Amino acid sequence: MNTQLLLGAEAIALAAIDAGISGVYAYPGTPSTEITEFIQRDANAQARSVRSNWSVNEKTAYEAALGMSYAGKRSLVCMKHVGLNVAADAFINSAITGVNGGLVVVVADDPSMHSSQNEQDSRVYGKFAFLPTIEPSTQQEAYDAVRYAFDTSEQVKLPVLVRITTRLSHSRAIVAQDTPKKQNELAPETDKKKWILLPANARVRYSRLLETQTQLVSLSEQSPFLQTIDCTGDFGVVAFGIAFNYVMEVLQTERLRIPVLKISQYPLPERQIREFVQLHNRVLIAEEGYPVYEELLRGYFDNKKFSGRLDGALPRTGELSPNRIAAALGVATPDIRVIPEIVANRPPELCKGCSHRDMYEALNRTLASYEHKHVFSDIGCYTLGALPPFNAINSCVDMGASVTMAKGAADAGLRPAIAVIGDSTFTHSGITGLLDAVNDRSPMTVIISDNATTAMTGGQDSAGTNRLYDICKGIGVEERHIRTIVPLPKNISDNCAVLREEFDYDGVSVILATRECIQTVGRKKKQKKA
Amino acid sequence: MHKNIILAGVGGQGILTIAAIIDLAAMNSGLKVKQAEVHGMSQRGGAVESHLRISDEIIYSDLIPLGAADLILSVEPMEALRYVPFLSSQGLIVTSTEPFENIANYPDPQNIRSAIENTGRCVFVDAGSLAREIGNVKTYNIIMLGAASPHIGIAKERLEESIEALFRRKGKALVDLNLKAFHKGLELAMN
Repeated sequence: MNTQLLLGAEAIALAAIDAGISGVYAYPGTPSTEITEFIQRDANAQARSVRSNWSVNEKTAYEAALGMSYAGKRSLVCMKHVGLNVAADAFINSAITGVNGGLVVVVADDPSMHSSQNEQDSRVYGKFAFLPTIEPSTQQEAYDAVRYAFDTSEQVKLPVLVRITTRLSHSRAIVAQDTPKKQNELAPETDKKKWILLPANARVRYSRLLETQTQLVSLSEQSPFLQTIDCTGDFGVVAFGIAFNYVMEVLQTERLRIPVLKISQYPLPERQIREFVQLHNRVLIAEEGYPVYEELLRGYFDNKKFSGRLDGALPRTGELSPNRIAAALGVATPDIRVIPEIVANRPPELCKGCSHRDMYEALNRTLASYEHKHVFSDIGCYTLGALPPFNAINSCVDMGASVTMAKGAADAGLRPAIAVIGDSTFTHSGITGLLDAVNDRSPMTVIISDNATTAMTGGQDSAGTNRLYDICKGIGVEERHIRTIVPLPKNISDNCAVLREEFDYDGVSVILATRECIQTVGRKKKQKKA
Repeated sequence: MHKNIILAGVGGQGILTIAAIIDLAAMNSGLKVKQAEVHGMSQRGGAVESHLRISDEIIYSDLIPLGAADLILSVEPMEALRYVPFLSSQGLIVTSTEPFENIANYPDPQNIRSAIENTGRCVFVDAGSLAREIGNVKTYNIIMLGAASPHIGIAKERLEESIEALFRRKGKALVDLNLKAFHKGLELAMN
């Protein structure tokens, strides 16, 4: 069969195309973005007319995927871990409705927060929703897991969650492809009671979901991703998902013989866990992320047989590594070289010529004469305004929180109350907050730093490009107080004057600081040349 | 056959292109490959690294263990030092000499050089000058690949084929330019 070098994210995308999806739905977010990007440029996906444009946010993506499933076709929805918070309402309730065509949800967690605000573990969501969850260890398993997940979804009539992490998503390996499958025919759902979650129906559906759990456990017990490394010994390791790789790495290099139970599917495979735990007096639990199953296996009365992240055998936070696992297995640490003191940090920075730079210059200069200098910001490249030389922002919490936090602070009496949000983040989750502000006539200014793209994740389309003025006007912001500025060094005094006027206005104002991302400008120039 | 290579540089310097060439050459040599890279926020002028592992045996971890890298290939001198905890006791550093100074507190380049020399085995490459000699500064990373190529464990021909394969769609002129850059680096390594 055809083999190729693929990122974990790309292996997932290829598997979904081969599994016969009719659509992928997603909002960009590191480390999940490359899944959808692969499908968007794949020739087979295009030949099969797989729908793949970006969605406005993870909730709209999830619901559209569910709608495609309702119509009988297979759909994929992908997001980063915090995106599942946005889609959580739809996600949890889709476990109650169940599916028609196969629905697979790929969520990419980011332990160690390489590019995120927290390191939440999506397996908790899998448990929360009572859904089958698969956690592949390798790029090949990621491919196989997605093919399997679609079949399983249609077999048990539930969405299937596939949980990956940064290291798997952004690491390349050789992946073998299996025979592609045809897309499903249109076959809309006929059972209304399944989908209308009125309490009377929902209670029936919820009971059915709980009854299905026995079947899900037995699927986990027969999971193709379950593996046991047999050998005798007092001490064994239960390794979940990618943690298995680190355990095996240490066993390989140190030539250790330790029994290992590899688990990549949830709910837990009860039979194998029971057998393994009975055979060994001490068991190390190696999980990437939260100690979700360590907590469960230890139990409330804390069975001392187990060690892991909760007792310090492994660190409580951050991603695992071969060295962390080696330490937990009692392997002596070799002498490690130390980074010379002269090495300076090189943090990420806004690009030279970036429009956000000029926006922050104007903002800082304007705010210099105000007593209160509080800027609520948001998630995107412009979060780098937190770093020198700007030091321009006071918050970055979650998608859209700049607008609503500025509103709350304005309600408390803070003047000026300023939000800085990017164009894509604004359409993702800022519009509803602005409507709240308009309805309350909150004295605040929203600066939409509009570079006409979703820049931080690599320049994906932004849902509101060229329509932000109309959107703000439609919500009810007075046209006199929707101002457009072009953030360029030569415009700085004019721009500062506009900012001051709107900061001093006792109502809702929006400033569109509009200039295209210089990265996308550069890419377009290159494409034109070629 | 087993090689652990750390690729280092600053976002935008082209270490992922180096990685892609080695990955493909390794696969075409019948070897197994794992190569972890950094995407997202750190790409904006920040420090970037890639862990590249090649072996004829199964490779488990996507990350190279500390103290286990055979080679640090860096396209920026200070960045070479950032990853020395990964370098094995006998490991080699191949680095360019031209500093990428996008921070205010960039250390004295002479001190950087001494610190690299103190690690033991190292090769310095003035890739900037070589790239300007060739007439295209963008070949910087491929010169570095050429200079490190005798230490990668893959036949020169496989690397040349990969360069051809990866630049083919951009035209023959670019293929030839990059092959020239590769040989320029290789020549330097051989002397």
